[in-house]
Amino acid sequence: MDELVLGGHRFTSRLVVGTGKYKDFPTMNAALQASGAGMVTVAVRRLDLKARGEASLLHWIPKDMVLLPNTAGCFTAEDAIRTCRLARELQLGGENPLVKLEVLSDAKTLLPDVEETLEAARQLVAEGFRVLPYTNDDPVAAKKLEDAGCAAVMPLGAPIGSGLGLRNPYSLQMILEQAKVPVIVDAGVGTASDCALCMELGVSGLLVNTAISGASDPVAMARAMKLATEAGRLAYLAGRIPRKLYGSASSPLAGVIGAA
Amino acid sequence: MRATVNGEPVELPDGLTVSMLLQHLGVRAERVAVERNGEVVKQARHGEQRLTSGDVLEIVTFVGGG
Repeated sequence: MDELVLGGHRFTSRLVVGTGKYKDFPTMNAALQASGAGMVTVAVRRLDLKARGEASLLHWIPKDMVLLPNTAGCFTAEDAIRTCRLARELQLGGENPLVKLEVLSDAKTLLPDVEETLEAARQLVAEGFRVLPYTNDDPVAAKKLEDAGCAAVMPLGAPIGSGLGLRNPYSLQMILEQAKVPVIVDAGVGTASDCALCMELGVSGLLVNTAISGASDPVAMARAMKLATEAGRLAYLAGRIPRKLYGSASSPLAGVIGAA
Repeated sequence: MRATVNGEPVELPDGLTVSMLLQHLGVRAERVAVERNGEVVKQARHGEQRLTSGDVLEIVTFVGGG
């Protein structure tokens, strides 16, 4: 069985999906189911004290999906650490909770602040969290996060929500060669072929939100991502042929009619 | 007494516990977490932790995100 083992959980799907930016909860629910994901990200935000009795997000997340709280929107290690502690409390203080650590540098690029991320990762690991950090496609940063005790490293393919796909496959290959923890491409996926490409390079999994929730038909795109992730994984395991400059005939060259 | 809840200054009755504060604010969401002056107040202690004047409180929940 080809499983993704991540932070103490075993997943048959290698796709992790977000729950942000859906037009409504029923669409989100249908897309989550169509994606086949075993884990979904959620954000931690101030409760709207004026909106009473509103439908809760959690009612619309299938019960068998593992929740991965994120620290999205945090720009300092301190805020990210506080957010993780609140997330643990929201999950009723479970043992070694999983968190997606995300500390951003600025609101325009949404690129990770690796220095703050590393500082937060060290503290959170010491507090018993299983930390999945969003990071740059930088092999040095990935190694430092792994050495800090993170349960995975999650380099970006491109900026969050940009849909630009995998911009630097060579950096990703370096990260993959050295990593002893799962490598998950987080951010940048635009369409299904991006999923397949990343998986073919050998990443352990993918985290996708905007490319699904922002598609014209999010449920169909969720299914496309599921299939592409599976196809890419299979192709990686199958072992692709090397690239060659010249042609190589598929049919025998001998026995062609009319030959002398 | 004066306190700050989710960034807003509020006037609250004296001597509230965290549980009473949630009731006072009409919070009905089944899953919330409370931070008081930068420290999480565990749910099991909501009934015993009493607020004091000038407290800074954050009441949070899960929302959609990536």
